[in-house]
Amino acid sequence: MEVLVAFSIGLMTTCGIFLLLRSRTFPVVVGLTLLSYAVNLFLFASGGLYPDHTTVVDASAPYADPLPQALVLTAIVIGFAMTAFVVILALRARADLGSDHINGSARMKAQIRKRRSPQALKTSKKSTQHTKAQKAKENTP
Amino acid sequence: MLLSALLILPLLGVLVPLWAHQYGRTRCAWATAAAPALALLILFLNLPGIADGQVLASRATWIPALGLEWHVRLDGLAWLFALLILGIGLLVILYARYYLSEKDSMARFYSYLMLFMLAMLGVVLSGNLIQLWMFWELTSISSFLLISFWWHKSEARRGARMALTITGAGGLFLLAGFLMLGQVVGSYDLDQVLAQGDLIREHAWYPAILICVLLGAFTKSAQFPFHFWLPHAMAAPTPVSAYLHSATMVKAGIFLLARMYPALAGTELWFVIVSSVGMATLLVGGYFALYKHDLKGLLAYSTVSHLGLITLLLGLDTQLAAIAAVFHIINHATFKASLFMAAGIIDHECGTRDMRYLNGLWRYMPHTAALAMVAAAAMAGVPLLNGFLSKEMFFAETLQQELLGGLSWLIPALATLAGVFSVAYSARFIHDVFFNGEPIGLDRTPHEPPRYMKIPVEILVALCLLVGILPSFTVDGLLRMASGAVLATELPTYNLSIWHGFNFPLLMSVIALIGGITLYSQRKRLFLFHSRFERFDASETFERQMQKFLAWAVSLQAKVDNQSFQRYLFALLSLALLMAATPLLDLYHLEGGRELHPLDGVSLMGFVLLAVGSVATVIWHQQRLVSLLMLSVVGLVVSVAFARFSAPDLALTQLAVEVVTVILLMLALFFLPQKSHPDSSPSRLVRDLGLAAVFGGIIGSISYALMTRPLDSISHFFLENSKSGGGGTNAVNVILVDFRGFDTLGEITVLGIAALGIYKLLLRLRLYMPASDGEGRAWAVERHPRMLATLSQSLLPLALLVSVYIFLRGHNLPGGGFIAGLVTAVAMILQYVAHGVDWLQPRLQHLKYQRMIAWGVLISTMTGMASWLFDRPFLTSWFDYLHWPLVGKFEIASAIAFDLGVYLTVVGATLLILANLGKMTTVARPQRQAEE
Repeated sequence: MEVLVAFSIGLMTTCGIFLLLRSRTFPVVVGLTLLSYAVNLFLFASGGLYPDHTTVVDASAPYADPLPQALVLTAIVIGFAMTAFVVILALRARADLGSDHINGSARMKAQIRKRRSPQALKTSKKSTQHTKAQKAKENTP
Repeated sequence: MLLSALLILPLLGVLVPLWAHQYGRTRCAWATAAAPALALLILFLNLPGIADGQVLASRATWIPALGLEWHVRLDGLAWLFALLILGIGLLVILYARYYLSEKDSMARFYSYLMLFMLAMLGVVLSGNLIQLWMFWELTSISSFLLISFWWHKSEARRGARMALTITGAGGLFLLAGFLMLGQVVGSYDLDQVLAQGDLIREHAWYPAILICVLLGAFTKSAQFPFHFWLPHAMAAPTPVSAYLHSATMVKAGIFLLARMYPALAGTELWFVIVSSVGMATLLVGGYFALYKHDLKGLLAYSTVSHLGLITLLLGLDTQLAAIAAVFHIINHATFKASLFMAAGIIDHECGTRDMRYLNGLWRYMPHTAALAMVAAAAMAGVPLLNGFLSKEMFFAETLQQELLGGLSWLIPALATLAGVFSVAYSARFIHDVFFNGEPIGLDRTPHEPPRYMKIPVEILVALCLLVGILPSFTVDGLLRMASGAVLATELPTYNLSIWHGFNFPLLMSVIALIGGITLYSQRKRLFLFHSRFERFDASETFERQMQKFLAWAVSLQAKVDNQSFQRYLFALLSLALLMAATPLLDLYHLEGGRELHPLDGVSLMGFVLLAVGSVATVIWHQQRLVSLLMLSVVGLVVSVAFARFSAPDLALTQLAVEVVTVILLMLALFFLPQKSHPDSSPSRLVRDLGLAAVFGGIIGSISYALMTRPLDSISHFFLENSKSGGGGTNAVNVILVDFRGFDTLGEITVLGIAALGIYKLLLRLRLYMPASDGEGRAWAVERHPRMLATLSQSLLPLALLVSVYIFLRGHNLPGGGFIAGLVTAVAMILQYVAHGVDWLQPRLQHLKYQRMIAWGVLISTMTGMASWLFDRPFLTSWFDYLHWPLVGKFEIASAIAFDLGVYLTVVGATLLILANLGKMTTVARPQRQAEE
């Protein structure tokens, strides 16, 4: 049984990470969800497997480990909130950037690159120096 | 406390000019001078104790865990420097009152000046290395502000930037040195560091510590080869040059050398580095001072040269040399500050500092000329002036050296050469400015400055004369006090008289005087010779290097940060992989000793489903709807797995979340392209698949290793105390609402914040509305099928009842706020799906999901805080059993109120997200249909 669970976790991780590395937003979100299944199961299983146990005190069956369960329970809910947030970010990105590519549109990238180039830095610096000098001149009658 | 006032007063003084400037310039100056004057008074009140050789201290704890403590420490050396800082500071305040023009902001200038004074006092009075370093950096920053005071001039900005870069870089080295020093000694306390000199010198880290500390000191004190920033800092207003670049800031490096003298000096390495750097600086500064046509440039290089002299003395490794160094610190501060002030007066009255145009000023300003000439003579080392005495001591000490073996004669020879330079540039200062014909091309007739502008110069020049003529009456006590603190031992005997008889030092002085005047008389040939060298402007070279460096940094950033999210993620995952895999290599057996559970048919079936679902999600990831359906299969199997392994709470949660997630993703898919086109190259696919497979393998291995190892966890505590301590039998729920209630409170807060963030992101979002699905088919006409609408409507009360049941039983049986909230949310979403937002919105208009979240978090928090009323810690829960008629024994627990908060937050957050996203699908669609 343990082999099976470990294998499932490994497989879901593999699929999740592969999708995470895709270039469009939707597969990335799907990958993230898959990865969060894997992580939840991993955390849950880290306390060991307890088939036919219980976490209800006073019951007749032997007890399972309640701590990973409590941790994973909140993790599931928070995981949903985070997935939702990423989804909405993806929508927002598509609306604002006009593309569902995770790097934004090619046009945007070109702009950023241009802004960062050494020439752009130099010219912007020069222009500010120039205006400053002018301002100083204006200040001194 | 009185000692701390030495630092608190200038700190308050920073604010005084900002307030006082509205009352006029003179009053502003007086008000600014009040704080340093008071501090000076306090300093003199402490004099008796210091003169007895005591070390006064005032301590307060600051951050003890970091070894950082507020420690003001006053000894002889600190006293001397504090005297220089406060005394010359006061004179500079008076001088600046007349130097600054109406256009300059006096408040800003004085405020910066006081900030600098605070920083310098902090450096000399710190008894903790980290505290000292902090003030050291503050001197760099405040001097940057002062040098760039006339920020509209490009040379001022450049000079300030250069000074900050050099001294700031040195400061970082100093920090490294101090940190190592603290590690070696085990404390950052100065007293302990100074007492552990032998330990430090024998430690393996000693060379590294020494070099780091020396780099800090040399950059600050403009020692060769870092000297070039000082002449460019002359773009500052002259009062700043007089204060920072003669008396105080550049002396901070020297102070550091003197302060660390007991801890670091006395080794071969110290001698070699400090004395050779000092000698090089002495000669380079003296030589270049000769060729400067700018009055302040000449003074700047002569300052470099004199700083080199002091450094050399500290490096010479005899006690008398250290005393001579302290003596020269005092003398140099007095004559150089007065010279800078005189240069400022000349600049102020003539409009230029170029010595090629300034000539014959003796006739126009005889009083100033006389003062400047005395100070310049002191700089040259003319007898009966203070400079002569320390220079004689210096010459005498160079003669005592045997450290270079057979070449030891070089030291006095080079010292004499430096003396020649010193006399030559002093002669130029006197002759070229005050005599040598008539001024050329001045646009005004020079005249004496305002009376009060000369007073600071007069005071300083009078001190030069007094010390020079009556050394034992004036300076001897101060010198003994400060030198005692530097050497930390008994002082050797020395004699401060003017006349020592005919001896070698006197001969060296005579040679320097005659040689210097001869050199100056041949200056035309010298200038001609010097002009044949290629022009080298340190500032331009520095700027060019900085530009190159900047361009390199930008191109490096462009290479690393290429705007590709995929690349970042790949790098991040690879790193995570490396860190996860390395410990596995050390694991001897993957399998632990725990007994394995046997495999059964149902589990195998579930596994096959999960594997097929996962793989199918990947394979069809370009057909997004299919991929999403496959994902939901995986989610369902995971929830079944939770149920299989005795976690009914988790199974219920996962099931509900699964529903919500899939609906959310389907809604999102409506706005996103239905399909993605294959745009990854085969090699990238292989690369990603490889990484993912290795990652999955490693995670699976870790999981297996964990599962098969025997585990001794803290869980039995929760099981044992669940009923007795938390009043519930469902241990999972009791952990959530009671034992780890604080975590849960944090988690629902995060949930609420995420939902609100989404709400905000969706506001005014303009989305592209597809008119048809991916295959080009138009949307169904009947959007809300009647069957579903009817069925869901009748299901709602039932679902709500179930969620109430789940909520109430949660404390004792599987269930609770999280699950009940999700069930309610799913039931509501079903209504949205079945009826549409337009139908539901008027019916739910009083239900505001944002408020629901707020109430939820508020109720949970208030439940926690209620325990304060009973003098219990936050979130202590209470429970009791009541006997109700008909119902029987009934448990009532405060945890249920907490769980109610959880419930409300979960319902509010989930519905806020989904209802608002769902609304987007309906807002614009009628319009689109109208267009068609």
